[in-house]
Amino acid sequence: MSAPKGVSELSPPAGERPGDAAASRAATKEAGTPDRRRRRERRRGWVTITLFLLPALVLFCLLVLAPIVIAAYTSLFKWNGLGGLPTDFVGLDNFVRLFEDKVFLGDLQRGLILIVLSLVIQLPLALAIALLLNQRMRGRALYRVVFFAPYVLSEVITAVLFTMVFSPTRGLANHILSLVGLDNLAATWLADPSLVLYSLFLVMTWKYFGFHMILYLAGRQGIPKELTEAAEIDGASGWKAFWYVTLPLLGPTIRISVFLAVIGAIQLFDLVWVLTEGGPIHGSETMAVTMFQQGFKRYQVGYANAISVVMVLISLVFALGYQRYVLRRDTEGAITVMRDQR
Amino acid sequence: MTGRSARAKAPGRRPGARFRGLILHAIVIVLGAFIVVPIVYGVLGGFKDNAQLTANPFGLPSPWVFSNYTDLFVSSSFWRPLGNSVLIGVSTTLLVVSVSALAAFVFARFAFRGRELIFTLFSVGLMFPFAVAILPLFILLRTFGLLDNPLGVILPQAAFGLPVTIIVLRTFFRSIPREVEEAATLDGCTAYGFFWRILLPMARPALATVSVLAIVASWNNFMLPLVVFNDPDLWTIPVGVQQFQGQYSDDTARVLAYVVLAMLPALGFYSIAERHLIGGLAAGATKG
Repeated sequence: MSAPKGVSELSPPAGERPGDAAASRAATKEAGTPDRRRRRERRRGWVTITLFLLPALVLFCLLVLAPIVIAAYTSLFKWNGLGGLPTDFVGLDNFVRLFEDKVFLGDLQRGLILIVLSLVIQLPLALAIALLLNQRMRGRALYRVVFFAPYVLSEVITAVLFTMVFSPTRGLANHILSLVGLDNLAATWLADPSLVLYSLFLVMTWKYFGFHMILYLAGRQGIPKELTEAAEIDGASGWKAFWYVTLPLLGPTIRISVFLAVIGAIQLFDLVWVLTEGGPIHGSETMAVTMFQQGFKRYQVGYANAISVVMVLISLVFALGYQRYVLRRDTEGAITVMRDQR
Repeated sequence: MTGRSARAKAPGRRPGARFRGLILHAIVIVLGAFIVVPIVYGVLGGFKDNAQLTANPFGLPSPWVFSNYTDLFVSSSFWRPLGNSVLIGVSTTLLVVSVSALAAFVFARFAFRGRELIFTLFSVGLMFPFAVAILPLFILLRTFGLLDNPLGVILPQAAFGLPVTIIVLRTFFRSIPREVEEAATLDGCTAYGFFWRILLPMARPALATVSVLAIVASWNNFMLPLVVFNDPDLWTIPVGVQQFQGQYSDDTARVLAYVVLAMLPALGFYSIAERHLIGGLAAGATKG
């Protein structure tokens, strides 16, 4: 993030700031000395800017920024969330408590496992399928629709469906295992603390891998044909062409998809809440779930808000660091907005 | 997996290619089954009774039981959340798109001090899901008396939808050539006239895309309606599904029928708006 700059290349010419091209040029039709005219333009520009920007700014400050500021403030108190403002100031005690809390430390560990699994299994799978579907093959359009369909379903619907799939008695998972003679692998997928995180990851893959696949397909189609053809003429085929041509050219897309997967894992809530509520014995609990439990079930609002603050910080630090060190090579990266101004 | 180019039918095809093609097909089919089978299990399960589900979770129902679906069709436990979701989704979308269009116009075509700072503020908002703000949001809405009120969901949803909507629209507004604006101005158009009569009509594809994104986000939102609506009459589809599952936890077949019905609007909408949804995700991801 850099300091505001007056005019960007794409904005109206520098001579006319502040104010906009349309309004100022409309004003030139009116009589008046240049000085008075400029003052009027300037005023009119600011009025337009304010009027157009105000609704968004009010909505955003009141309902996005203010809650986050309130969260940061109340995280310094011991507070049950009732009554007016909190009074029982405890400084950073909530944060100290967080990092002694086994559940929260477990959240961090589980989050990390989900991220690693996503990066090592889910994304490469999505990439592979995207490249496959980019080729001419029968039924390609149908496969695309099928793979993407779960992404359209809400987390809740997905989770409810999979509680049924994983049900020990009427569920699909164990039934299929017994059909193929693997009865001894049948399990209580969502009730076994050592297994539940992987069941959760399976559901995440089911739901999200189509999304990443679509990103990769879009990225692959953005690569000019000439480049892959040139590589082929130069004798690069198969793995070579993939490794030296396609993969590097897909770099920006991959970096974005990694970014989204990590942020998504940090903020995971809906799926877990409906699937397991974080159980059994915190086996599938995420930061957001702990926060929700503490805030809405145990009325430890101050403590819960400390978790929110840590979530924001982790997301922001990751986002800014990622952008600074990973996305900087891309001409158009994720959160380019922040880059745009450099 | 493979590095072969799209020109798989090129003359110099190696002998192993046919075999490899088969393997690739097999992989895609297995993965497709992984996606489809749970859905088919749900659809068929809705036509069974629980005894059938226990004996034979997968496979055709015998006999077919229609009551799970038909019961839902005549009860309000499905239609009411559906109506609420539509109402809330449409209102949220109208609000966030109109407010964002105004802001994106200013960000795209005006130069003023502090513009990039404010814009950065919005774009940082991309990092904030409901989860991190839900508690104070709940307390704020309680203070304003907006609990158990559709506005308590619509307004925050619109607010949280602002960043991605503004970013996509600004990018699009910037791509409209300055000549268009100059021509309009020469013809006597004010900034407002240009925005309303020229920019918005030209931006119709972008508006469609962000509308689809907004309505899908609203449709799938769970956390906010969960904490804001105590009154079952106000529940949206996700909350309805979750509560229904809690209520009928022993009646798997009935829950499956509800889940399948709840899938239909989303899948139907997807089939209509597919192009805009996918385009929007790609734009939202790369530009936002």
